[in-house]
Amino acid sequence: MATIKAAMPGVFYRRPAPEKPAYVDDGDAISAGQTIALIEVMKTFNEVKADESGTVAAFLVEDGDEVDVGQDIVRLEG
Amino acid sequence: MNRLLVRAGGLYTTVQDTGRFGHYHMGMPPSGAMDIYSAVVANMLVGNADDAAVLEATYVGPKLEFTDDRLLAVTGADAPVTLNDEPVEPWTAVRVRPGDVLAFAMIRAGCRVYVAVSGGIDVPVYLDSRSTYTLTGMGGHEGRKLVDDETLQLAADGQATGSGGAVVPENLRPDLDCPAELRTVVGLCSYRLTEDALASFLGTEWKVTKDADRVGYRLRGGKLDFTEREQPFGAGSDPANVVDLGYPIGSIQVPGGDEPIVLLNDAVTGGGYATIGTVISVDRDRIAQAKTGESVRFRSVDLDTALAARRDRRERIEQVRQQLGR
Repeated sequence: MATIKAAMPGVFYRRPAPEKPAYVDDGDAISAGQTIALIEVMKTFNEVKADESGTVAAFLVEDGDEVDVGQDIVRLEG
Repeated sequence: MNRLLVRAGGLYTTVQDTGRFGHYHMGMPPSGAMDIYSAVVANMLVGNADDAAVLEATYVGPKLEFTDDRLLAVTGADAPVTLNDEPVEPWTAVRVRPGDVLAFAMIRAGCRVYVAVSGGIDVPVYLDSRSTYTLTGMGGHEGRKLVDDETLQLAADGQATGSGGAVVPENLRPDLDCPAELRTVVGLCSYRLTEDALASFLGTEWKVTKDADRVGYRLRGGKLDFTEREQPFGAGSDPANVVDLGYPIGSIQVPGGDEPIVLLNDAVTGGGYATIGTVISVDRDRIAQAKTGESVRFRSVDLDTALAARRDRRERIEQVRQQLGR
């Protein structure tokens, strides 16, 4: 089961701004290098990019949750 | 020649030496490597002076390409390191050649890795130091963190001819265990806390929040009460306020009573919050390797203990020097 992991700890956000739609939703196709979320740490919002292409099966972390380095944040289909 | 190509800057990678001293009274904090031991030992491994400029990378390491023959060493946090996609050992002098590419995988423990290259990173000296102070954009490489696809100068006298291989024994590598225990000298304004609050401060396991960087670490996990007092002339109205004072590096303030902040290398040098204790200088190396989401504890020590710890670290550094024959 392929997943995308957090490369840094911090607070996880699925959208670029509170009033904006989520970067991607469950079932969406994503390509390598595409921004799929943000992690806030050290007073900056850092883009989380997909390291491989695929289809999002599910987000494993809720918007606003704390994440740790290496934590699975997205499960990909297949 | 004498260039280091930054293919990817990483998350927050800066040029740091052992710090910028003698300007604190002017409001200039020391900056410098947060984990001094790891930075000094990295320099030793590649034959540099202890205070040569290294790269400090937080959470996500950079990707670097060499253009000449150098010695390289990676210390600090535990992260898998590769040279041309082949694993290389940390805490070890590694010989690199033109075209070699250094990269990092995700960190396993700790927070900051240090990369030393023989000769050192050759940025201009500003106020006696090569350290970067990003808040004001001074020092280091253009006063900022590294970005993708740029070039750093290396000192011309660092060309390596010999082979690498020197290695720091396990027992002389730092402890990255969590929670980090931070030895702390209580004061200068701990009189502002109730007795219970001071005991609670020392008994609490504090969690490192997302607001933890080179400026300071904001912690969460308890609530501290201040004693009743009449607001003195010149002090703010928050119970945590006192008349302005110089902040010791490593000092702990508690605005609002519930979120202690440990001030670190790039912090403001003075202000009007009560500092209830100061993390001893040696244990700033420990907090430097504590990451967001991990916990820290404070243990009260006296000044003699703090000075002894500083002597111990100096001796450890000399032990490494002997082991490496530098």
